[in-house]
Amino acid sequence: MSSSILGRSGFHGLRALAVAALALGVAALGTGVAQAKTNAKEPQEVSFSFEGPFGRFDQAELQRGFKVYAEVCSACHSMNLLSYRDLAQPGGPFWDPKHPNISPAESPYAKAIAAQYKVPDIDPDTGDVIQRPATAADRFKAPFANEAAARAANGGALPPDLSVIARAREGGPAYIYSLLLGYEEAPAGMTVPDGKYYNPYMAGDMSSYWKGAKDKVPEGGFIAMARQLVDDRVQFDDKTPSTAANEAHAVATFLAWAADPHQVERKQTGIAVMLFLLVFTLLTYLSYRQIWRNVSH
Amino acid sequence: MAETVNAHETHGDDPSRRDFIHIAAMATGAVGVAAVAWPFIDQMNPSADTLALASIEQDIGKVAPGQQLVVKWRGKPVFVRHRTPAEIAASVKDDHADMRDPATDASRTKPGKQEWLIVIGVCTHLGCVPNFGTGDYGGWFCPCHGSVYDTAGRIRKGPAPRNLELPSYEFTGPTKVKIG
Amino acid sequence: MSGHSKYEPKTGFERWLDVRLPIVRMAYDTAIDFPTPKNLNYWWTFGGILAVCLVIQIVTGVVLAMHYVANAGLAFNSVEHIMRDVNHGWMIRYIHANGASMFFLAVYVHIARGLYYGSYKAPREILWLLGCVIYLLMMATAFMGYVLPWGQMSYYGAVVITNLFSAFDNVIPGVGTAITTWLWGGFAVDNATLNRFFSLHYLLPFMIAGVVGLHIWALHVPGNNNPVGVDVKSKEDTVPFHPYYTVKDGFAILVFLLLFSWFVFFAPEALGHADNQVMANPLATPSHIVPEWYFLPFYAILRAVPDKLFGVLGMFGAIAMLFALPWLDTSKVRSMRYRPTARWFFFLFIAATLGLGWCGGKLPDDVVIPIGRDAVTGDPTGFTVVMLSRVLAVYYFAYFIAVLPLLGLFEKTLPVPDTISTPVLPKGGAAMLSGATASPEKKG
Repeated sequence: MSSSILGRSGFHGLRALAVAALALGVAALGTGVAQAKTNAKEPQEVSFSFEGPFGRFDQAELQRGFKVYAEVCSACHSMNLLSYRDLAQPGGPFWDPKHPNISPAESPYAKAIAAQYKVPDIDPDTGDVIQRPATAADRFKAPFANEAAARAANGGALPPDLSVIARAREGGPAYIYSLLLGYEEAPAGMTVPDGKYYNPYMAGDMSSYWKGAKDKVPEGGFIAMARQLVDDRVQFDDKTPSTAANEAHAVATFLAWAADPHQVERKQTGIAVMLFLLVFTLLTYLSYRQIWRNVSH
Repeated sequence: MAETVNAHETHGDDPSRRDFIHIAAMATGAVGVAAVAWPFIDQMNPSADTLALASIEQDIGKVAPGQQLVVKWRGKPVFVRHRTPAEIAASVKDDHADMRDPATDASRTKPGKQEWLIVIGVCTHLGCVPNFGTGDYGGWFCPCHGSVYDTAGRIRKGPAPRNLELPSYEFTGPTKVKIG
Repeated sequence: MSGHSKYEPKTGFERWLDVRLPIVRMAYDTAIDFPTPKNLNYWWTFGGILAVCLVIQIVTGVVLAMHYVANAGLAFNSVEHIMRDVNHGWMIRYIHANGASMFFLAVYVHIARGLYYGSYKAPREILWLLGCVIYLLMMATAFMGYVLPWGQMSYYGAVVITNLFSAFDNVIPGVGTAITTWLWGGFAVDNATLNRFFSLHYLLPFMIAGVVGLHIWALHVPGNNNPVGVDVKSKEDTVPFHPYYTVKDGFAILVFLLLFSWFVFFAPEALGHADNQVMANPLATPSHIVPEWYFLPFYAILRAVPDKLFGVLGMFGAIAMLFALPWLDTSKVRSMRYRPTARWFFFLFIAATLGLGWCGGKLPDDVVIPIGRDAVTGDPTGFTVVMLSRVLAVYYFAYFIAVLPLLGLFEKTLPVPDTISTPVLPKGGAAMLSGATASPEKKG
């Protein structure tokens, strides 16, 4: 760094802002790099349609992903932050762009899906606990009544709620995809505890389960969920081949949407905002040049 | 190098071009402020979960004649009143009486469902909830300022300017009603 | 600089108001007519940028408080309610969350500018101290705000920071525990803690706004410092604040907003942590707890000291240095443009602070320079993050308590121009390191 960077005026100043931005970048890198002393395998390189500033969700894939969740994941995993109506909100799996004025709660798709589930309620006349058909305004039906019930049914492990799982794990959808397909035979020399499965993408510290050389502790950790997604586990309605990879990709897409349902709207707003700011900045710069043109400083 | 501080003297050559840039920049800024203001105003409008509950379905089969069921809809009470034939007859007889907000009994109910009166239970005066079965006409009496409604929810006495409001509703079954 | 007011009321109403409450006169004198050195560079625009940041945070914060629920059982879900169901709630929340980072980015540039150009020296000590108070209030506000979403990082951030006060148990047994219990309103961080943090998080920004008012007042008595660091001598040296600096600050603010918007719309979680998307669980700590990036240098200093109490004192001492600075720097020359030796110590100080920030994000035992391997585990050993933190922390403190006091006595400074306008004149400007000799065409 030389004194010219801390310049006097003009484009030195622009460079100054760039340096400031860079400093923030360095700081961000510092936090991003921070990792626990567990050595999970880096998630695979998977491409998703919603990545990047111009990315969008593939609605057919969102529907396939919901089917995977409904038929496989929802047996153990809740999604407590989602309601059936969310499925029909703009950009959602069952949004109907042909009828944009129907509110999500009135969507025939959301109502039909909700009606397949029974949710607990209180009978207003007797006060008894009853099961009634869900409405579009209801939250996704949870597989277990409470945490203790969930643990009891899963060997003591709590299946995490999947509402924001794509935001709550480093690597997001790529991590979910990799984990679901990444089950492997545990390497020789590793003791796998009962009811646990080895997965190289799972975070964990294996050193106490490893009998081999201390500097060759395998990557990964143990997970209480057995491999779920295999070929033909879920039959897709749109003739997409039911391969395990397609199933994992679809459910990762669905979970990415569920964790951040406004992300396409967000990016599109962002593009408009950036374009507006660029024009405004340019005009202000010209105005600035005009005002300062005869002042030597 | 002479320096002049006064901006108006130094901005020489082409005044129209000079002003255009400043005006364009300021106009763009005004557009930006207006565009930013909208999300901050709109956030106070009902959120998606509130709107999702804006219509409700209710089974009214258990309401005995002469009784009313109070349902909460959009945060307000809705009176579902199962009227007796005597109440209906008394109400129809008054169709042409002198009223502040004239309305026939038939216009207050759905055709063929005259026994069911469904009104929003909020006094049209200042928003209190009228009491069931009280007042001179056997309808409702508002405890706040003494408005009296009949069994069709029409204002008959007191300060309220209008009849009790009718929500939009439809019968989805013999005893099932969807409000909203 | 606080010369005679040139405000002339134009309308009858303005004249009527002016003799009763001269508020228009005050605004005119501070934001329109205020004589400002004409050589301020872009580093001086960060004051305006910070004002914009404060307004953005207050406006978005007031709006978020309309939807947020300060209850340990509901807080996390109420934030998700804002993100999912409130109209434009995702945008308002992301502006607020990233706005905190942007605020700190700008304040660090603003502080660094003050350090480089000697803006803390007489007669601006009070101005500088008020700035330090604002910075402290900002840290308290940001810390409590980060707790409100009630995620895992929120919760354990609150646990770790409030537990700093338990270090006082080492001084008088029981005092630290009494303080933490009082802070928590219970035996652990819980609902009572969340509620009081929300209350204070709402209050402090308005206190910041009040101190900002004093900060601007204290600025307008001696007037702006400037890159040359010499006092304004004549009208030749200044331009009126409006339109010259309103438009220059406006341009810089827009460039800043471009960066801000990029984070909000395209990388809103880049500065956050995945673990904070998991609701607070007092029974299980995430594997790696780090504060937000803007606290990392202080976190590194805390961890660099092996003793709990002295670690805490070191961390607070690092901020206390800023308060003492006006009386630690002995140099008569303000701007480091004319202090060639001090300038390099300054750059080293910036590098050390960034380095401490990097260390704060790493695990203390991570190896920076591997030398050997551990015989048992096979892990690399050598120069660790905590050792690097110690070296950098020593320099951080040395800069304030050794470098600046001593350098001012022995340093050979460059000739300082007589007036702000002098270096503008083209005679022999090339020889001067400082020379703001750029021709008007090159300015922007």
